[in-house]
Amino acid sequence: MIEEETITKAEQKAQKIAHKNFKQPLSPAWVILILGVVLLACVVFSVGTGALHISFSEIAGIVSHKIGLSDTPILEEQKEIVFWVIRLPRVCLGILVGAGLGIAGAALQGLFRNPIADATLIGVTSGASLFAVIVIMVNIKFFGIINEYAGAYTLSFSAFAGAALTTMIVYQLSKMTGDGGVTTMLLCGIAINAFVGALTGLMTYLATDEQLRTITFWTLGSLGGANWTTVISVAPFVGVSILFMPYLAKSLNLLVLGESQAAHLGVNMKILKRSIIVLATLAVGSSVAVAGTIGFVGLVVPHIIRSIFGPDNRYLLVGSAFGGAIVLTIADTISRTIVAPAELPIGILTALLGTPFFLYLLWNQKRNRV
Amino acid sequence: MHFVVKNKSLLQEINLKAKTGEFWAIVGANGAGKSTLMKLLSKELVPTSGKISFHEKDLKKYNLKELAQKRAVLAQQNVITLSFTVHEIVLMGRYPFYESKPSQRDLSIVDHCLHKVGIIHFKDRMYPTLSGGEQQRVQLARTLAQIWEVREGFILLDEPTSGMDLLHQYETFQLAREMTQKGYGVIAVVHDLNFALQYADRILMLKKGKIFASGTPNEVLTGKNIKEAFGVSVRIIQPDDTPFPVIIPEASPVAVI
Repeated sequence: MIEEETITKAEQKAQKIAHKNFKQPLSPAWVILILGVVLLACVVFSVGTGALHISFSEIAGIVSHKIGLSDTPILEEQKEIVFWVIRLPRVCLGILVGAGLGIAGAALQGLFRNPIADATLIGVTSGASLFAVIVIMVNIKFFGIINEYAGAYTLSFSAFAGAALTTMIVYQLSKMTGDGGVTTMLLCGIAINAFVGALTGLMTYLATDEQLRTITFWTLGSLGGANWTTVISVAPFVGVSILFMPYLAKSLNLLVLGESQAAHLGVNMKILKRSIIVLATLAVGSSVAVAGTIGFVGLVVPHIIRSIFGPDNRYLLVGSAFGGAIVLTIADTISRTIVAPAELPIGILTALLGTPFFLYLLWNQKRNRV
Repeated sequence: MHFVVKNKSLLQEINLKAKTGEFWAIVGANGAGKSTLMKLLSKELVPTSGKISFHEKDLKKYNLKELAQKRAVLAQQNVITLSFTVHEIVLMGRYPFYESKPSQRDLSIVDHCLHKVGIIHFKDRMYPTLSGGEQQRVQLARTLAQIWEVREGFILLDEPTSGMDLLHQYETFQLAREMTQKGYGVIAVVHDLNFALQYADRILMLKKGKIFASGTPNEVLTGKNIKEAFGVSVRIIQPDDTPFPVIIPEASPVAVI
């Protein structure tokens, strides 16, 4: 029992020095705080930038007037309208979409134990694209008929349905064809992706020039359709994902040891896999539905966060949500200002800006190791 | 407290009863079913027929979380590519015991287990930068951390010493021995018959999925048994100054043509 005593002693000693020793890794609270401040700065920058410049003091004035802190509205009413009706919903949508893509990418990389995994692998993106392309083609052919029933959200709704359906097929196939391990799922995902991609290709082949243009723009992604309705319809899906995903962080950490080792430490793989796939599909499906396919964020943001805050999923998941939001907010600001009054598709910008930064991180990692 | 296994196909007619406080070594040639048996015992696989009981309760009736708090498993292959630190990996052994934040006690147990395995100086190193044997010791520490506070727990080790140097192989078996004296049950797949002979209480010798021999080391590890199970002729020598005999293969000189 001598060992028990040493442990107890060490415990007491550690408790004594605990308050002195702050060299522990950053707690999730700190990660949230740091990234939250950065995100807030990006938001303020983004809502102020555009054809009509709104300064920081004007933003403060507009917000405090709205929530009743001050009685005097700012002089230019036009700015207030631009802020509430155009800029803020767009920034909010960017945050939601970015956070959804980021957290889903991080969780899927953890689940597949593969650094190149992202939502495309389980079929979310390809399914959404196929359905979106179908709607674009049918919609232009029978203009208005579909719109009468589903309103302006036909495209979003069917893209989401396509995302969910494809993921379900991938998941069921992996259960039928193999032992249900994540490797089987990965392979099924690749197979279904290729098939759905071929169908999309076929539709593209049949498309007219005008349709092709719409399809291409949709594939490159845009937050241009943002208004409060889209924000409110996306928020619950992304919200659920961000709220519940962090509870899976510990299990995802154990998964690093391997599937069977995680099971030995009490992780129920079936439940973990199903919850991650459902949550990721909700987040990415709804994001793709309103903003099109925005590449890069889901794949690279988790890597960026990992190289800054370490691979622990407790920081990684939340960090990737914030990271995704930051990246998308910045990218969207640039996308709508750089070629104003036109807009550059955001998918182009995320990759264009992100890749050099990502390569720099890889290079830096190598330099630190040597 | 016992395991009873009866299973067919890959493993046939296996009957084993392990008690706490005992060190069982499972030996046998490659493909004899040692790892399969370990997987059955750890509930990674379910026997096609037959029953495994653990602490007088059917193993199937345990959920994974309960089991994680009663037995620890060290698997054969442990590949980790993400740069977790050694400390973080060993702390994962404590995951079944805390919800969101490790208690000071969990952290102390981790430190203690790191000491036990002699890797406390690696504490902040990145796991993927360690050598194979060092990684195996980290995994051993994680296994220890998981079982540390469990009374009458079982430790399942599938080739615990693979990749380790002589000193650490020796220390690992010493540690396993020590754990049995504390009241744990240890079941390990062992390749080095000398270590099995020296440290195990009981030996289970498998051949082609069946029990070939089972009993105390001196009963099982005889020249005749080893010849039939492994296909190698050995000599068993009892040196004057050691309490246990030594097994050496009767190697014929390599013919160079």
